[in-house]
Amino acid sequence: MYTASVPVEVRLPTLLRPHAGGAASVTADGASVGDVFADLAGRYPGLSDQLVDEAGSIHKFVNVYRNDDDVRYLDQLDTKVTDGDVISILPAVAGG
Amino acid sequence: MGFVSPPLRLTEDHYRTIVAHCYDGLPDEACGLLAGPAVDDEPLGAVTEARPCRNEDKSARTYRIDSRDFMATLRAAEARGEGLVGCWHSHTHTDAYPSPTDIAQAEAYPSWFYVLVSLRDGDPVLRAYRIRDGTVRECQVVLDR
Repeated sequence: MYTASVPVEVRLPTLLRPHAGGAASVTADGASVGDVFADLAGRYPGLSDQLVDEAGSIHKFVNVYRNDDDVRYLDQLDTKVTDGDVISILPAVAGG
Repeated sequence: MGFVSPPLRLTEDHYRTIVAHCYDGLPDEACGLLAGPAVDDEPLGAVTEARPCRNEDKSARTYRIDSRDFMATLRAAEARGEGLVGCWHSHTHTDAYPSPTDIAQAEAYPSWFYVLVSLRDGDPVLRAYRIRDGTVRECQVVLDR
């Protein structure tokens, strides 16, 4: 099934903005969250390492939301995006 | 650390909510979020909600606030014109002081209050800290009736 690539807004936390030229929000294209991240990686190589780990999964210390839903509980990086969706990246609150 | 923190102001209800949630979480660490007013991301010290969250790690040694609880608490705070101003977690067998992991992780939210609750001794011990650039400074906690 062909799924159209659409532009979506990606909101970045303060901690990751230096990897995207200081922007709080960037626009990227894709049909899924993974596509959107790949598009971002092309423009902001430093950002990619912060979002996806070496195994190709969402990095342990970030939460990725499509609108208000954590994509980990949807289809992870395969989670589809449609026009008007907002991807929010927020650092996990964690410790020991 | 070149700033003076305002005191963290909790109500007695917040205090009871936090401590009760920490005991409920045993043997694992328990965690939650604090919401309140902030100006330019800087918390004023007042807390309007202390929300217990699930510990995704289900661990006695580490915690990770459930991502769904995080978003729900954030949106509720935003709807009041407020923000997230801190978090708390328990240390089941150690001091109410940030661990090296806590200090490293605090980089993500440098403006927050970090509340630690130790359950090591007979009575719970609650302390609050600011953690910036790897430096830990304890701040006063005021209990409002």
